[in-house]
Amino acid sequence: MLTAVQKYFKKDTQAAPLAVFRVLFGFMMALSILRFWANGWIEKLYIQPKFFFSYYGFEWVKPIGDYTYIIIIICGIAALFVALGYKYRMAIIVFFLSFTYIELMDKTTYLNHYYFISCIAFLMIFLPANVYFSVDTYKNPRKAFQMIPKWTIDSIKLMLGIVYFYAGLAKLNSDWLFNAMPLKIWLPSKYDLPFLGDLMQQQWVHYTFSWSGALYDLAIPFLLLYRRTRWFAFALVVIFHVMTRVLFPIGMFPYIMIVSTLIFFDTGFHRKVIRFISKLLRIDYSKMVALSQTKKYRFKRNIALPILAIFFVIQLLFPWRYLAYPNELFWTEEGYRFSWRVMLMEKAGYAQFKIKNTETGEQFLVNNTDFLTPFQEKQMSTQPDFILQYAHFLGEHFEAEGHENVAVYAESYVALNGRLSQPYVDPNVDLMKQRESFRSKDWILPFNDTITGL
Amino acid sequence: MAIIAVAITACSSDNDGPTETNDNFDRGAMLANWADNIIIPAYTSFNSKVVEMEAATAAFNAAPTVENLQSLRAAWKVAYVSFQNVSMFEVGKAEDIRFRNRLNVYPTKVAQIEDFIASGNYDFDLPSTIDKQGFPAMDYMLNGLAENDAEIVTFYTTNSNAVGYKNYLSTLSQTIKSLSNEVLTSWTGGYRDTFVANTSSSASGAVDKLTNDYIFYFEKALRAGKVGIPAGIFSNGTLPQNVEAFYKKDISKELLLEAIDASVDFFNGKSFNGTSNGESFKTYLDYLNTIKNGENLSALINDQFTVAKNKANELNANFVEQIETDNSKMLASYDELQRLVVLFKVDMVQAFDVTIDYVDADGD
Repeated sequence: MLTAVQKYFKKDTQAAPLAVFRVLFGFMMALSILRFWANGWIEKLYIQPKFFFSYYGFEWVKPIGDYTYIIIIICGIAALFVALGYKYRMAIIVFFLSFTYIELMDKTTYLNHYYFISCIAFLMIFLPANVYFSVDTYKNPRKAFQMIPKWTIDSIKLMLGIVYFYAGLAKLNSDWLFNAMPLKIWLPSKYDLPFLGDLMQQQWVHYTFSWSGALYDLAIPFLLLYRRTRWFAFALVVIFHVMTRVLFPIGMFPYIMIVSTLIFFDTGFHRKVIRFISKLLRIDYSKMVALSQTKKYRFKRNIALPILAIFFVIQLLFPWRYLAYPNELFWTEEGYRFSWRVMLMEKAGYAQFKIKNTETGEQFLVNNTDFLTPFQEKQMSTQPDFILQYAHFLGEHFEAEGHENVAVYAESYVALNGRLSQPYVDPNVDLMKQRESFRSKDWILPFNDTITGL
Repeated sequence: MAIIAVAITACSSDNDGPTETNDNFDRGAMLANWADNIIIPAYTSFNSKVVEMEAATAAFNAAPTVENLQSLRAAWKVAYVSFQNVSMFEVGKAEDIRFRNRLNVYPTKVAQIEDFIASGNYDFDLPSTIDKQGFPAMDYMLNGLAENDAEIVTFYTTNSNAVGYKNYLSTLSQTIKSLSNEVLTSWTGGYRDTFVANTSSSASGAVDKLTNDYIFYFEKALRAGKVGIPAGIFSNGTLPQNVEAFYKKDISKELLLEAIDASVDFFNGKSFNGTSNGESFKTYLDYLNTIKNGENLSALINDQFTVAKNKANELNANFVEQIETDNSKMLASYDELQRLVVLFKVDMVQAFDVTIDYVDADGD
């Protein structure tokens, strides 16, 4: 057993797939950042709001006014450098840090795919993605290698496998499988799609999409691993992600996933891709590749493996942390994020905050639009950690305005997956007295229903 | 695998699918019902009331008597009540010119109105003047200048700046008329077709837009503006001076009830000039519920409308008196309206899957 493991870590493979992955990943990231900018979202999400929702423990990560653009520019340039393989190690570290910083600035914009990108970027810091077909090797042929340890490419496959498989596991619940929720809400609203609009009204379509979506997520990593099913699997990947792109506002994620799964293909395919890119950019392909000869890349210090081993143990365990919380995960969302629960539920909410002087009993309600953007208000109203943070912000705001003995109460309602709305947090709890922590929030009211499954 | 294959073939090749069946909801028909049977008739009716108010204003300015004041006041009241039927439709031209803000921002700023009258220098197109024009400003000009009608009339007769008062009153009335006309002609002149054709499912689609407008109106203008703010919900202490029609005083309740009725009728798709119901939020919710098999949301909303209306009916016609004698009734009325806001903003929005904004979001 042990020797088998040791043997595995000594195995080598061609560097081409990792190089292609680096090029495409860097390119897609640069494109994503351009798109983000062109849509005006930097201004809208990070400059205009008066208040930002922080992740627990990362309260110090904030937009820095107009300088936020500089972070974004740095991130975009780093992505390009990654694509080029120019000063790669520095570029991928800068990309990881800047991208993650942007991601952490406001959790209103939390998307699983941003987290996915942070994970991949972190992983790539430790991988020799620049030893082949890169500016680094062009400038210094001694850095060029044709063979790299097999586990380096496998680690990306493992990461992708975790994303899909865990997303599939998350779908194994009664709402998704037996009520076709939330697709029963989402799909009928796509009535204006050409050809598909009417089909989207059919219940059998909702159930088919639910079940095939779950099966797809669970099976696709394995179908991609085996040579005989690989092309079929890739066709499914393309169809599935194009479908999600058509149906849902999830931006670049589908394209990034499609491009990422190419890593499962073997070297011959990636050589063709490199030849194609070379032609496109008029690079002398044979010269680029000849640099590498048949040398094998070897890690100098062996810190990469232990770090990545810990990383993957965390990846495998972290999504299960919700089991440590007593109540329904979809309701309380304790342990919901960073767990590959993608497009899994529909929640709508409404929260109104009351500022009360505990001495005099004087009280008034807050107009949320004075402080939050519509998008922030929407996200805040269904997630308890947002409600708590916002309550503290309000309390401190009104204390600074001269109000005394401030207590903050929330009256809130949430509807989950088409159920009728019900009260969400305890309206009699002074939220100023509650602190954010990893402990279960006992001021969230009971869900009064059960969702079975994972 | 078989299921995936079925799904794929089903979604990639749907040319012979059940395209013209009745099992889809026709949003175009809903938009047409809104435009043809509710919105345009409501604006047409409002516009005719405003024309009459303008004529009464001209008559009063020509002969400022107590009698003419009273007939102008009556015309003003009829137009103000009628306005409650169009206030919620802040789309198209109305949105461009910020119709509701031009016509009904209250409390009106009396001191600045007096400054305007004294200087004769004002431009109602400026956003800074929204709280010195519209129905609330006319309220002050017709009801708030003095204690009784004879004294009010003196502002337009013997006052040293009677011309200034007349001009201000006339400009107020004419501005309302021209804005109303602008919105109506936009609807009848082609916007109707644009609106009805815009069936797209996006934040800019007509269904999503008017849904957002309706809810925004109900939450901010109706629930908060007419009841919550004066009842002191959003402040330390009550704000009786913030009631709608503060100077006329005894019509605040009538305006509220009219606004609730208009909201109910729009929800149910009831035609403005008749009793027949067409496609509406109600029928849309009922259709979606055939898919979802959940609670009968449209019935819950209609029931709550009834409760809210009954509570509003218990109020004094004069909200200032109501607030000063027994504010708890105002608060109770607010609570029932608030329940409707929750049903709209949480349950109805979820059922429609209305888009609030264009940003990437994966639905969690």
